[in-house]
Amino acid sequence: MAFINYSAREINCKIVYYGPGLGGKTTNLLHIYKKTNPEAKGKMISLATESERTLFFDFLPLALGVIKGFKIRFHLYTVPGQIFYDASRKLILRGVDGVVFVADSQVERMEANLESMDNLNKNLKEQGYQLDNLPYTIQYNKRDLPNVVSLEELNRALNPKGVPFFEGVAYQGKGVFETLKEIAKQVIMHLKKGT
Amino acid sequence: MPDPSLIMYEEEFRQIDAELQKLHQQANAKATLLVDKNGQLITCVGESQNLDTTSLASLTAGNIAAAGGMAQLIGEKEFSILFHEGERENIHITLIGRVILVVIFDQRSSLGLVRLRVKKSAESFSQIFNRILQKVEKPKVSGESAEAPKLAPASPFSEITEEDIEKLFG
Repeated sequence: MAFINYSAREINCKIVYYGPGLGGKTTNLLHIYKKTNPEAKGKMISLATESERTLFFDFLPLALGVIKGFKIRFHLYTVPGQIFYDASRKLILRGVDGVVFVADSQVERMEANLESMDNLNKNLKEQGYQLDNLPYTIQYNKRDLPNVVSLEELNRALNPKGVPFFEGVAYQGKGVFETLKEIAKQVIMHLKKGT
Repeated sequence: MPDPSLIMYEEEFRQIDAELQKLHQQANAKATLLVDKNGQLITCVGESQNLDTTSLASLTAGNIAAAGGMAQLIGEKEFSILFHEGERENIHITLIGRVILVVIFDQRSSLGLVRLRVKKSAESFSQIFNRILQKVEKPKVSGESAEAPKLAPASPFSEITEEDIEKLFG
């Protein structure tokens, strides 16, 4: 969970981007990296295979700014989406403060979305978390493609609790910062409640 | 249950820094870091100007987590020590409760010396972090009492508004 350092006057939080393989989690981070001022970001680390599939995680440290004299730092992580990397996904969820689920809007990826959502719930439970009690938002990515599922249907299948959701075209940056802003807001408000 | 947030106050931070300095000198290290198990850097001493300590902290935590996953697969609780040997630089990683101690050293030191000094420091770090955790948990349980630690300073979150958060994004 968050690390609050009164000495350095810093608050560090961990956000995990979860979702099916090739859904756009890394693309979200890449866009944030590209569009953030150099002084507000650290190096982006991608532990990927030779074919650029995430192997362990991507990591992007961001300094969002200062609130009440405290520097707010967010560490963004992605998980590897491919099914067989489940052990790695569990590890990355440890100490999570907020989750972004990046769903692939294409009809043929609905099953993968559902499977990944089940996997998220199961892995969070194993760590003692409940998705209902965590800051959480959904991004329906790839809205520019022709064969997409309607928002109503996506919400029915993946968002029964009606958490905030965003339409995304991550490679163009659409919806990326909106999603980040929403999860940042929820995480900070959640910390406020807990302290 | 997941670990509670790690909250560190000035007093403990100074103790940690002093302990880390001591270890750094005694182990003849190049740089010595203390990292939260979740990958956040707590503090570092030594030659860190040219070191990307944020990335190093995150990768260290990933490394420890992956080793822990492997340990469980073979019926071990965890692997608390990892050592990476390079041509010139080496990294010695030790898991101490919920924090990770990272010692980077070169030919000016040796694995034996680092292991010995880390072992001695581990106990001190354990004690300091136990006090930190007590400080976080105690006020909630018993309120103020004669033996309760000094009350924590007011939370930086208590007066945060949605407007403050909006401003972060310009």
